[in-house]
Amino acid sequence: MAKVNLNREPMPKQDPKTRGKNFNEVALGYSAEQAKAEASRCIQDPKHPCTEGCPVEINIPGFVKAVLDGNMPEAVRILKDKNSLPGICGRVCPQETQCEQACTLAKKGAPIAIGRLERYVADWERAHPEIREQQKGQISFNGKKVAVIGSGPAGLTCAADLAKLGYRVTIFEALHVAGGVLMYGIPEFRLPKIIVQGEVGYVKSLGVEIKLNHVIGKIATIDELLENGFDAVFLAPGAGAPMFLDIPGENLSDIYSANEFLTRTNLMKAYRFPEYDTPIQVGRRVAVFGAGNVAMDASRCALRLGAEEVYIIYRRSKAEMPARLEERENAEEEGVIFKLLTNPSRFLGDERGRVRAVELHEMALGEPDASGRPRPIRKPGSEFIMEIDTAIPALGTRPNPIIPSTTKGLELTKWGTVLTDGATERTSKDRVWCGGDMATGAATVISAMGAGRRAATDIDKCLRNSS
Amino acid sequence: MFRIIYRKTLATKIHLFEIEAPAIARKALAGQFVVIRIDERGERIPLTLADWDGKEGSVTVVFMEVGATTFRLALLKAGDFIADFVGPLGVPSHIDKFGTVVCVAGGVGAAPITPIARALKEKGNKIISILGARSKGLLFWEDKLRSVSHQLIVTTDDGTYGRKGVVTEPLKELLESGEKVDRVIAIGPSIMMKFCVQTTQPFGVKTIVSLNPIMVDGTGMCGCCRVSVGGVTKFACVDGPDFDGHQVDWDLLFARQRTYLNEERRSFEQWQAQMGKCS
Repeated sequence: MAKVNLNREPMPKQDPKTRGKNFNEVALGYSAEQAKAEASRCIQDPKHPCTEGCPVEINIPGFVKAVLDGNMPEAVRILKDKNSLPGICGRVCPQETQCEQACTLAKKGAPIAIGRLERYVADWERAHPEIREQQKGQISFNGKKVAVIGSGPAGLTCAADLAKLGYRVTIFEALHVAGGVLMYGIPEFRLPKIIVQGEVGYVKSLGVEIKLNHVIGKIATIDELLENGFDAVFLAPGAGAPMFLDIPGENLSDIYSANEFLTRTNLMKAYRFPEYDTPIQVGRRVAVFGAGNVAMDASRCALRLGAEEVYIIYRRSKAEMPARLEERENAEEEGVIFKLLTNPSRFLGDERGRVRAVELHEMALGEPDASGRPRPIRKPGSEFIMEIDTAIPALGTRPNPIIPSTTKGLELTKWGTVLTDGATERTSKDRVWCGGDMATGAATVISAMGAGRRAATDIDKCLRNSS
Repeated sequence: MFRIIYRKTLATKIHLFEIEAPAIARKALAGQFVVIRIDERGERIPLTLADWDGKEGSVTVVFMEVGATTFRLALLKAGDFIADFVGPLGVPSHIDKFGTVVCVAGGVGAAPITPIARALKEKGNKIISILGARSKGLLFWEDKLRSVSHQLIVTTDDGTYGRKGVVTEPLKELLESGEKVDRVIAIGPSIMMKFCVQTTQPFGVKTIVSLNPIMVDGTGMCGCCRVSVGGVTKFACVDGPDFDGHQVDWDLLFARQRTYLNEERRSFEQWQAQMGKCS
C-alpha cells in the first residue's frame, strides 16, 4: 500500500497582531500548489465516509480528485451539484465535526482539509465567471410557484434546489440586502460580504427572484401568499430575537445584544463610521457574555473596533465551550481574554445611564444538567466588581414572533420554534415547510442548508403529485 | 428603490414626503411605522406613518430635520429615489369604541396622530384634539386634524398662534372640567409625552403613547429599541410602538435616546463640511 502523507497543508493566515486591527479576511486561502498538495493526500476511500458526514452529501472524493488532476471546471461542477453556496461553507462550516471527522485519515490525526479545498474551488469559480455561464443548465418552468421566507442559508439553498427543478421561486427578505445571518451576523473577516453577494448572485442567476424589504407577517401573511398564487411556502426567517441575561441594569446604554453589535458592525458597516452613517460605541474594556461562535465573533469585532481589552465571560469551563475550536483559537491569538467559570449578577451605570461596571461571581461545576453538560453552580460570597464600558450578551437567539403570531395553524414547540418533521421539514400547516434556526433554534449555516435541501426535496415530491 | 412622488415643506424644517410603496399602502394601519434607508451608506431610521393611499399605492411620512440623515432626506426632490423603505412595522394602534378620546399632538406628533384620530372617529368616538408646537412657524395640519376631531385646541409655547402655553394645560383643564374622558393618546417628543402622562395620572385615565427609541432593523431582531414598561423589557418595534404611558420608564428612554449624541454631532459636522464644499 502506498505511504500515506500525514502532512496537512496549513492555511495561510494574517498574523494575529495585524489582523486584530483590520476587518480583512483572516484566512487567506490556499495557493494552487497547496491545493494540489493537500488533494494528493486523499486516498480516495471507496467507502467515502466523508460524504456521509456532509449535511448536503457533497461528492468529496470526486471534487478532491478533480483538484488533484488540475481539472478545475470539473471540481466546480461536482461541488456545485450538491452545494449552492460553497464559498460560504468552505469558510464557516465546522468541518472538524462533520466531513473531516469522518475522514478515513482522521484516525491518524491528519484528515484531508476538505473545507480549505472547498473554499479553494469556490474562490476559483468566482475568479472565472465564464464557468458559471458554461455550466448553467437549461431550466424550463414547470408551472408551479414557491415562496421562500428569508434569504439566509436555508432559504437560499431551498430556492436554488427548487429553481433547478423548474419551480418559479420568490424569496421574501426583511432586510435591505440578501444573505440573512451571512450578511449581518458572521463578521467580514470570517466571511467577506462580497463573497456572500457572489453566492446570492448565483442563486439569482438560476431565475430566483429576491424581494428585499419585505417583512412577511407584516406586508403580507403566509395565508395571503398561499391564496395569491404560491403553491407552497418554505419558512426560513431565522431565529432572530436576541436572548438577554435578564439581570438588573441590562438596559443601560452600551449594552448590546450580539445581534445588534454584529448587525451595526457587519451589515451597516459601523467600522467605517462616519463614512457609513450607523455608529457603534466600543469602550476601552468590553465584556462579552457567552462562549459560542457568535460570542467569538463579537469579541473579535470589539477588538477591531478599538477596545483595549476584550473579555469572554462564561459560566462553565473550557471543555464545555460551544464555539468551534478554530474560532476560539483565533480569538485567543488576537488577544481576547477568557474569564471562565464566571457569571454576571448585575450591571452598574453612571448618572447618564451608561454601563460602567458589572458585578460578577464565580461558578463551580456540578452534576450534568438537561443539556448533558455539568451544571454551573454559583459560589456564595464570590462576588467582585469589574469595570467595563461595553457589554455584549451573546447568549443565543429565540424565534422572532412576527411570523408565528400572524400565521394560523402553525404549531410551535415549547421553545417557540416551529414544529417540523425532521425528515421532510413539513409543519403542521398544509403546504408550509420550515427549516433553519426557526425550526431548530440557533444552529449552524450548514445545518440550515441541509434543512433547505430536505424541504426542497419534499416540496418537489408533494407538488409534482398534485394537480 | 422607492420613488418620491411628491414632497412639501409643512413648517420650518418639517417636510412631508409621499412615497410610492403600493404593497405597504395596502396593508398600513394607523400607529404603524416604516424604516427608511436613504442610500448605501445611510443608517436605518423609523418614521411613523402619517397617511397612505391603497389606490394610489403611496405612503406618506412627515419628518423634522434633526440630524445628518433627516437633513439629507430633506434635500431630496419629487422624482428622486430612496434605497429602502420597509413596512408596515409595529403593532397597529388599538382602535375601539372608548367614548371620548383626547388626542394630544406635540410638534411632529401631529402627523402620526391624525390617522389614529381619524380611525377612532370613524369607530364612533368623540375626538377632542390638542395640537401644540413651540411657535406658529412649527405648526402644521391644523385643518387636517380639525377635520377628524369634534373639537380642536391649538397651543403655541410663545403665543404666536392659538392659545399661549403647553399642551398639558388644556389637557388638565379638560380632565378637571368634568367631561368624561375615556382615553388619551399622546404623541410627540418624549419629554412632552412624559408630561402628558404625568398630567393624566391623578385622573386615572388610560394614556397611550407612541415611543420613539433608536432603532436599527425595526423587526425585533436586535433589541436596540428596548424600553421598560411596567418593569418588563419590551421591544418598541414589535411589542409597540404604542404603550401604556403610565407604565413607561421615561428616564430609561431618555438615557438610551442620548446614547449616540457624540456620533450624531460628528455626522452632522461631516455633513455640514460636505455641504460647505458644494455651495
